[in-house]
Amino acid sequence: MDLVQLQRQLVEYRTSLYHEGFLDEQFTQLQELQDENNPDFVVEVVSLFFEDSERLLNELTKALEQQSIDFKRVDAHVHQLKGSSSSIGAQRVQKVCIAFRNYCEEQNVEGCLKCLQQVRHEYSLVKTKLESMFQLEQQILSAGGSIPM
Amino acid sequence: MVLGIDASSSSLSNKNLSVLVVDDDPLIRMLHDNYLKHFGLKPHVVENGKEAVKLFQLGIYFNLILMDNEMPIMNGVEATKVLRDMGSTSMIVGVTSRGSPSEMQTFMEAGLDFCFEKPLTFDMIDFILKELNMNDDDDDDTNN
Repeated sequence: MDLVQLQRQLVEYRTSLYHEGFLDEQFTQLQELQDENNPDFVVEVVSLFFEDSERLLNELTKALEQQSIDFKRVDAHVHQLKGSSSSIGAQRVQKVCIAFRNYCEEQNVEGCLKCLQQVRHEYSLVKTKLESMFQLEQQILSAGGSIPM
Repeated sequence: MVLGIDASSSSLSNKNLSVLVVDDDPLIRMLHDNYLKHFGLKPHVVENGKEAVKLFQLGIYFNLILMDNEMPIMNGVEATKVLRDMGSTSMIVGVTSRGSPSEMQTFMEAGLDFCFEKPLTFDMIDFILKELNMNDDDDDDTNN
């Protein structure tokens, strides 16, 4: 595929992520923070988000497996996940976290388990999509092109 | 009369401002750190309210403190109260991820100058910096 096609593909892909609600304008702000002094900023922040989220999802699974569930603990983890997902613009993950917190407040085990499943799903979706997008960007850079805005 | 210079967004006028970011989430710390660097600032970063209080006790002054609320050891509300009680005159801006009006109110009542919901955006930082620069310009001849 030639450079122009790659660039077009990237723009289309990125646009679709916004349209489908995977990303919101917070992500755009992140991109605006990237410059020559900080060329890998977006990838770094997103990688941190991946690490953070995976840790939190493991903690959540453990916490919800307990005989007697500590809902405060569950809520604290979801709160963190909500914070980091909203900070990078991972809108769909953030939305599930909001519902998740409501179930925590109600101490609704079934609701929480359902949300955990949902948030895992949304997280793996956005992770795959962001990784694909970064791959496209790398291809463009390797071909000597620049990333279109 | 309009000066025509937007002093608050010019990196030059911001270089003298000292900023402290207080947040337990490393991702948020990194994000806010970078946001502020983008505006020409060099923020100091700590991970909970107790660390922020320690700095004050050491006599280190910050023009601006960005304070998260939910942190271990000492949260934003407590830290803000302690800092004000100890006589801190820094501008303290709360950054909360809850956003429920009552929580924001409690946070404000602890002694905040402003309170925003996470995540911070360029507009919010611009606003904060304008406010800061306005306070610093008290003795100058201003047109407003």
